[in-house]
Amino acid sequence: MNVKINLNGKDIEALIEPDMLLIDFLRSQGCFSVKRGCDTSNCGLCTVLADEKPILSCSVLAARMNGHCIVTLEGLQKEAQGLAEFIADQGAEQCGFCNPGMMMNAIALLKENAHPSDEEILDYLAGNLCRCSGYEGQLRGMKAYIAYLEQGKENS
Amino acid sequence: MMKKTFQQVNKPVRKKDAMNLLLGKPAYVDDITPIDCLLVKVLRSPHAHALIENINTENAKKVDGIEVIYTYKDVPQKRFTMAGQTYPEPSPYDRLILDQRVRFVGDAVAIIAGTNEKAIDQAMKLIQVKYQVLEPVLDMHVAKDNDILVHPEDNWKALCPVGADNQRNLCACDETIEGNLENVFSSCDEVIERTYHTRANQQAMMETFRTYCEIDPFGRLHVVSSTQIIFHVRRILAHALDIPKSQIHVEKPRIGGGFGAKQTVVAEVYPAFVTWMTKKPSKMIYSRTETQIAASPRHEMEVTVRIGAMKDGTIRAIDVYTLSNTGAFGEHGPTTVGLSGHKSIPLYNHHLEAFRFAYDVVYTNCQAAGAYRGYGATQGIFAVESAVNELASRLGIDAVAIRKTNMVKEGQEMSAYYHEVAKSCALNRCMERAEELFDWENKSKPRIMPDGKIRSGGVAMAMQGSGISGVDVGSATIKLNDDGFYALTIGAADMGTGCDTILAQMAAECLECDVDNVIVFGADSDASPYDSGSYASSTTYVTGKAVEKACLELKDHLCEIGAQMLDCVKSEVEFTGQGIETLVGQKSVSLSDIATKSMCGNNISTQVTVSHSSPVSPPPFMVGMVEIELDKETGQVEILDYVAVVDCGTVINTNLARVQTEGGIVQGIGMALYENVQYSDKGAIAENSFMQYKIPSRLDMGKLRVDFESSYEETGPFGAKSIGEIVINTPSPAIAHAIYNATGVWQRDLPMTPEKILMSLPEEL
Repeated sequence: MNVKINLNGKDIEALIEPDMLLIDFLRSQGCFSVKRGCDTSNCGLCTVLADEKPILSCSVLAARMNGHCIVTLEGLQKEAQGLAEFIADQGAEQCGFCNPGMMMNAIALLKENAHPSDEEILDYLAGNLCRCSGYEGQLRGMKAYIAYLEQGKENS
Repeated sequence: MMKKTFQQVNKPVRKKDAMNLLLGKPAYVDDITPIDCLLVKVLRSPHAHALIENINTENAKKVDGIEVIYTYKDVPQKRFTMAGQTYPEPSPYDRLILDQRVRFVGDAVAIIAGTNEKAIDQAMKLIQVKYQVLEPVLDMHVAKDNDILVHPEDNWKALCPVGADNQRNLCACDETIEGNLENVFSSCDEVIERTYHTRANQQAMMETFRTYCEIDPFGRLHVVSSTQIIFHVRRILAHALDIPKSQIHVEKPRIGGGFGAKQTVVAEVYPAFVTWMTKKPSKMIYSRTETQIAASPRHEMEVTVRIGAMKDGTIRAIDVYTLSNTGAFGEHGPTTVGLSGHKSIPLYNHHLEAFRFAYDVVYTNCQAAGAYRGYGATQGIFAVESAVNELASRLGIDAVAIRKTNMVKEGQEMSAYYHEVAKSCALNRCMERAEELFDWENKSKPRIMPDGKIRSGGVAMAMQGSGISGVDVGSATIKLNDDGFYALTIGAADMGTGCDTILAQMAAECLECDVDNVIVFGADSDASPYDSGSYASSTTYVTGKAVEKACLELKDHLCEIGAQMLDCVKSEVEFTGQGIETLVGQKSVSLSDIATKSMCGNNISTQVTVSHSSPVSPPPFMVGMVEIELDKETGQVEILDYVAVVDCGTVINTNLARVQTEGGIVQGIGMALYENVQYSDKGAIAENSFMQYKIPSRLDMGKLRVDFESSYEETGPFGAKSIGEIVINTPSPAIAHAIYNATGVWQRDLPMTPEKILMSLPEEL
């Protein structure tokens, strides 16, 4: 079947199998940031934005996204840069395999809530598993980034 | 001499690949290898123990898109081990790529390669297998000398004298006794004996096993794999495929986590065999289910500890017996078990007069075990630390106080650690610091909250090694290039831990330059100098020392070239970091000039390769303290606060060592509280996905507080020891201790689930 999807700001048309999952479609389009960590919607690695809302691309058929806007980390490079620097300064990226999903969800969180509490951060990102970091460094990085943004606003 | 200040090490340097990983750039096997290759899947046994009487692949082969299907009839008949260990491997040679006998639910029955997944899945259903179903041996307690043999075959063999006997289901056994054991026990005021049980935890790295293979222009097998052990992969594939090692080239790209899982050749043999036979590129991506049921988890162990002590808490004798379940195959079976005693007993070295450490490692029809962070030490430390906590409680002595009395001290010979001397040990300082940070005096005691929940604390100590003494080899090649930048080439594998960066820090420290002036390449079996691989907490300590030695030697070469350029002799110049300078007269040439000169009319190499192996394996030490809140209505345990103080020698990268510690603790919390592996009576694993096998999320680990109390290890690079493994060892015993302090009941069987805790509570609590 044919689908029209706006992927990272570009309208694309593709012939796909009806049962193709969104994650496989995105990777076939060269969006290699989208990772698969499980087969059961548990790990959060495949998180992308569908019409600006974070979704698990492993649990959605590509066909269902016909006519919708999908953004992967490939399409958010500029927006992700700042947060990425702060996570990197904690060494909390570690193996990096879970990073894209976590970054997508973190960016979604900050769009919804520019001043999240620790609890709100942990809650929002609870579905993004990470086996390396123990999460604490990611939290430090996010908090430092939020503080940096706030300071920037105060100074301007 | 101890160097007090550093320029490049002991700093929070950003990981060299951090930004690219965080921005989701293609970096892993499945991102950087071609899509249009054969996909490889394995048909897996539904039976825990069976013989394949007949296997018919004719209909399956007819499916459009199927390239080839292999069965046990098609593979080489020489047995090998998948364990990534130095040759000759202690793990028995008990594997074939495919075998007529299947030994666990999930064992490989057939290899299917095709152009697309749907065709493969369809073909898999069309393979007709007639099994002679055999009774399995699933309980490790009855495996030894059972009538049912997991490996009855004649061509099974053990290359090393590890006490293995396939006719007894024994993968290994041994006993070590030092001192007058029974006399010491009989003269003790108090002797306690307890048995503890740990499960076959999954490493659960986010990237499952995966390998891409192709034939290169020379006709050789080129393997791109997510592995910690490129050189071992080369050897193991050569054994499995029965082809010369010269015909194989292995490289690893970025790795999405390993934790020991990728120290075993779990996935590589299947696509390697397909590509070698068909000469076509192929790829295998393990599903999460396969990673849960047919991989290389921690060895399930039952550890019995007997401790003899005096009324004042002096520990005089320790007896540890470990029963280890290696499952259907013996990967890492003979070696993991050793750590359960040799890395637990020495913690109580101070007054120790005698010890015994004995073990049996048995084959069963369970999933084969392998290497997982901690590698047996984790299991042994849960048992010994718990037993010491039980002893302290019986004697009415504080758990911290009994440790202060008995813990190993710097300078002591550790009889149970192969008589190595603890030349660097700040365990005492770790304990004092943890006590203060945690507020042990107040937070260890049970406190009932207004809602009825109970808060309490627990403590445990841990040690590990730094590489395998006398075995592990680390190597480094360092090269000066145009413009004066350095290239460091290694065979160790950065699996997210950051070894590429910390080794560059060490090179930069030696070469008196910025870390950014050192690029790192690795790991590639054709291009890298030999390295055993990244396991056994070896990379910082062993490969790091090789880097240091290589840089010293390179400086010497550069001085020689520089001296020539300055018309003097080497003894008249010195290396300054920017270049070479004469000791008198202040004439100099820059690194860039030397690099340029090295490429024109030059006979002195600007590239040096040095190998390093250590006769000792200096243990890092640590203390963990946990505060929990226990709901006595449900048995639920919540982690509130975890304090860890680590002595890993000099901390090379302060950020990465902290994150290693935090990550290890959270894995340990999962092991302690909920990561479980349960078998049906037919041998099928219940926890075959992340739906059932729960690993900690960021809501589950409370507050982690990490600090370092560094000793200085003279044999390590810049005083460093290891950090990677030790950090997983304290949560289980510390949490069990806290649960006891809250409830008065000891949990000796992991994981300590709410159900188990609730069922064990006395009614009056």
